[in-house]
Amino acid sequence: MSAKTPDAERRVHAMRELLVERGVVDDDVDRQIGADASRSWQQGARLVSRAWVDPAYRQRLLTDAKAAARELDVDADAIKEFVVLENTEEVHHLVVCTLCSCYPRAVLGDPPAWYKSEAYRSRAVREPAAVLAEFGWEPPEQMRIVVVDSSADRRFMVLPRRPRGSEGMSEADLRGLVTRNSLIGVGEPRPVADA
Amino acid sequence: MASRPEQPARFAVGDHVAVVERPGERRHVRTPRYVQGAVGVVTGVHGPHLDPERLAYGLDGHPPVWLYAVQIPLAQLFPDGACRPGDVLAIDLYEHWLRPADEVGTTRTERVPD
Repeated sequence: MSAKTPDAERRVHAMRELLVERGVVDDDVDRQIGADASRSWQQGARLVSRAWVDPAYRQRLLTDAKAAARELDVDADAIKEFVVLENTEEVHHLVVCTLCSCYPRAVLGDPPAWYKSEAYRSRAVREPAAVLAEFGWEPPEQMRIVVVDSSADRRFMVLPRRPRGSEGMSEADLRGLVTRNSLIGVGEPRPVADA
Repeated sequence: MASRPEQPARFAVGDHVAVVERPGERRHVRTPRYVQGAVGVVTGVHGPHLDPERLAYGLDGHPPVWLYAVQIPLAQLFPDGACRPGDVLAIDLYEHWLRPADEVGTTRTERVPD
């Protein structure tokens, strides 16, 4: 810290020292942040591709996502309640946190910057179809959009629809079709031709 | 999840509920302003939870409160026509933020979903 250190940074530093000094947090916070940083949405892609090839697993993922994640060595325990929402031909889920940036970090890692932006947080609930179109996908007219506002104890991941024409593909190849955006519901997985 | 609340769940799946309005609220709450006053339908009962609005102030979160999934038509929340007619919001709300819809003379009740 020098006299040139910006005020905000000095304040953060002071706050951190106080939190540690008074025992509100300990060094475990650093460890936890490190663990979170090592996590990636690729873990979510593994859960999805397994669900696409294994209907019984898909059912377990939808009824007890935490246990189903554990089966694939994905540790979702840091999330109080982990819920997977299935997109179908009738219903498309799109996840937002209008209050802050709630996100299933233990599974998907850090949210993308836009997820925390005021524009996404306010527009996702007001005009979801327009937001989806800007992300490059227009939901068909008959498809109902369910905007899921994560404002409480539960954290959500989307199980996207399996792409058309992917019937013969292996689980590993299917994993390559899953995108981070499709796990948040702001897009579809890659079409098969792009894989 | 938490220990059992003293009261059983007040609402069940299918119940029409109105979200309490607290326009002057300055404390941290978990019910966004844009759903306050809206009317929706309970789609899930998620059991008793420690009250996050008490936890936020260093309290122990007791007594636990029931948590519900509630769906509200987006057109009711934002009547300016930007959303499509069938689109809905799904949001988790704590019991102290909900009232039976028929007890509340809200101006939005005419748009209660079926």
